[in-house]
Amino acid sequence: MMKRIVAVAVAALAMTTSWAQAQEVKVGVNLPYTGIGAEFAQLVDRGMELYLKLNADKVRPYKITLIKRDVKDPGGANAKIAVQELLTQDNVDILAGWIYSPNAIASAPIVTAGKKLAVIMNAGTAQITNMSPYYVRTSFSMWHAGYALGEAAAKLLNAKTAVVGYTDFPPGKDSLAAFKKSFEGTGGKVIDEIPMGGAGAVPDFTPFFQRAKDKKPDVFFVFVPAGDHAAAVVKTYAALGMREAGIKLIGPGDITQDTKLQAMGAAAVGLITMHHYHADLDNPENKRFVEAWKKEYGATTTPDFMAVGGYDGMAAIVHVVQTLKGKIGVEQALEALKGWKFASPRGPISIDPVTRDIVMNEYLSEAVMKDGRVFQKVIGKIDAVKDACKEQKIGPCAPK
Amino acid sequence: MIFGVDVASMLLGGVAAGMVLFIVSVGLSVTMGLMGFVNLAHGGFAMLGGYAIALAMKHWGLGFVPALVFGFVVTAAASVLLERLLYARLYRATELDQVLFTIGLVFMMIASVTLLIGPENQPLALPAILQGQINLGITQYRTYSVVLIVVGIVIVSGLWLGFERTQIGAQIRAAVDNRRMAESLGINIARLFTITFAFGSGMAALGGGLGAEFLGLDPQYALKYLVYFLIVVAVGGLGRVTGVFYAALLIGVLDFVLKKYVPQGGTAFIYALTILLLLWRPQGLFSAKVT
Repeated sequence: MMKRIVAVAVAALAMTTSWAQAQEVKVGVNLPYTGIGAEFAQLVDRGMELYLKLNADKVRPYKITLIKRDVKDPGGANAKIAVQELLTQDNVDILAGWIYSPNAIASAPIVTAGKKLAVIMNAGTAQITNMSPYYVRTSFSMWHAGYALGEAAAKLLNAKTAVVGYTDFPPGKDSLAAFKKSFEGTGGKVIDEIPMGGAGAVPDFTPFFQRAKDKKPDVFFVFVPAGDHAAAVVKTYAALGMREAGIKLIGPGDITQDTKLQAMGAAAVGLITMHHYHADLDNPENKRFVEAWKKEYGATTTPDFMAVGGYDGMAAIVHVVQTLKGKIGVEQALEALKGWKFASPRGPISIDPVTRDIVMNEYLSEAVMKDGRVFQKVIGKIDAVKDACKEQKIGPCAPK
Repeated sequence: MIFGVDVASMLLGGVAAGMVLFIVSVGLSVTMGLMGFVNLAHGGFAMLGGYAIALAMKHWGLGFVPALVFGFVVTAAASVLLERLLYARLYRATELDQVLFTIGLVFMMIASVTLLIGPENQPLALPAILQGQINLGITQYRTYSVVLIVVGIVIVSGLWLGFERTQIGAQIRAAVDNRRMAESLGINIARLFTITFAFGSGMAALGGGLGAEFLGLDPQYALKYLVYFLIVVAVGGLGRVTGVFYAALLIGVLDFVLKKYVPQGGTAFIYALTILLLLWRPQGLFSAKVT
């Protein structure tokens, strides 16, 4: 009898401790909380926090603790250190974050060695997910928008010639490759390629745009990091009279980032973008998302594609935590995410079981004036787009 | 004709960029020449001034020109406070101490602005009259660039007159050329420095506001353009208004032309060029002072 009581007690104790262990899942977040990327970090961070707040019932009975580390800049080195510390000092169960591609590229070997699920919430260079088997991406690849826009420019905008201006770092080159591949494949011709400085600081775009204007293309495809780069692009485009010269400014949605759009004002009208998200998308999930965001962070704030990257990334993490009942093995986590479907504010999304990259809709939008504000009007939509780079195994995504 | 238009647009773009560099850098050159004080926080004053201007326009609906005046005054006043409280203690310190102190001050400025106002870029909306294009006869060009060039010329003329034709200008020139002699003639260097420091910071603020259209305005401003300001000062020579002016134009135009025709080179050219220029004339291209 006594023996049985002790056995039960021991079993109960063992259960409570394993219960307590299962309670908390530590997610190590690396974002540039200070420096030039600070406002991006804030968007992704708020996206993650908002998902947790709105879906507390979906998280229970587990507790998700975010351990946040500042990676400071797009240089790679600081991110690598941060990820290493998250793995070795904080013993996190899951990694998340990565605004900048160079940081994700630099962290890849550490992620592989650390054997933890790593959810990329922004960085868009296509081949990143090939660099570590534990990377899963809930944001986008540059090829999603770039490739789709190349085709749309030739077919829908009837462009014959294009000049490409890009920020000279991995996603910029990727965006150029994606656009060129499909634009030239559909009968267009890229007549000039202009590297426009790095991602670390916003350059004065005037000389680059002057050069593009002199070439007189039908469309000027621009990829720059969202944020201040984008605001400067739109300003320079308007100031140099390129619209009046008949040159359309097109690009991925970075140039019309929601957080910058209203300040651009009339200068933004007429911009044509291909992207997977903007805050004006008309679907019930997005309506709820935008409303909750404004309630939480202020009526003058707005979510954008980065915020959605964080929001959906956290949804993926919660899904993993629930499926694995709080015990996060990396292989099981990957298994749980392969083919995972979610009703995101950007429309239905899923994770491609082969590439671990996101599958989602792409929207062709035009910026118009509506009720005194700049509104992004959807003028075309492509369903369930996969990363063309990996799908067609081209360029940097070709198997080595 | 097409060639002429190309050259004109290049010169206009480059000279406008140079004007911004000049307006921000001139204060740095004069204070460095005067006291030999390496003030790396100069870009920070440009940033603070730009913020004062942008925020005054945004929140109080101040016009662009009154806001520029406001930014100048506020930044000059703030710099006097910092100069008396902090800088003055380091005049006799080593250069390394001065550099460490001022770079620390930059970081504090960046952190405070990020904390109080936020990390995002501050949009500075120009009045409608300064936006768009202007017809210059041979070519259409960005109105604001043309305006900047005119403003820059007015400022450099004013500064030149002030330097060459006024009592205080003569005192500054004397102090830059030979500080000990100037002091023994009874010129109050400390007071002179406070005045120039305030004026230089005010000019930086003006540059921050005027240049925001090209350079943007965010907390990192204080550091990210510092290299350009220092290049201008190094090439122009210390304590010379006209030297800084020519250097700023040279750097502005060269940077513009190289970026337009060889964008692959990025900013490497301008750094390489600076190295060559300084190897050739370490005292600066336009400096009369041989050290």
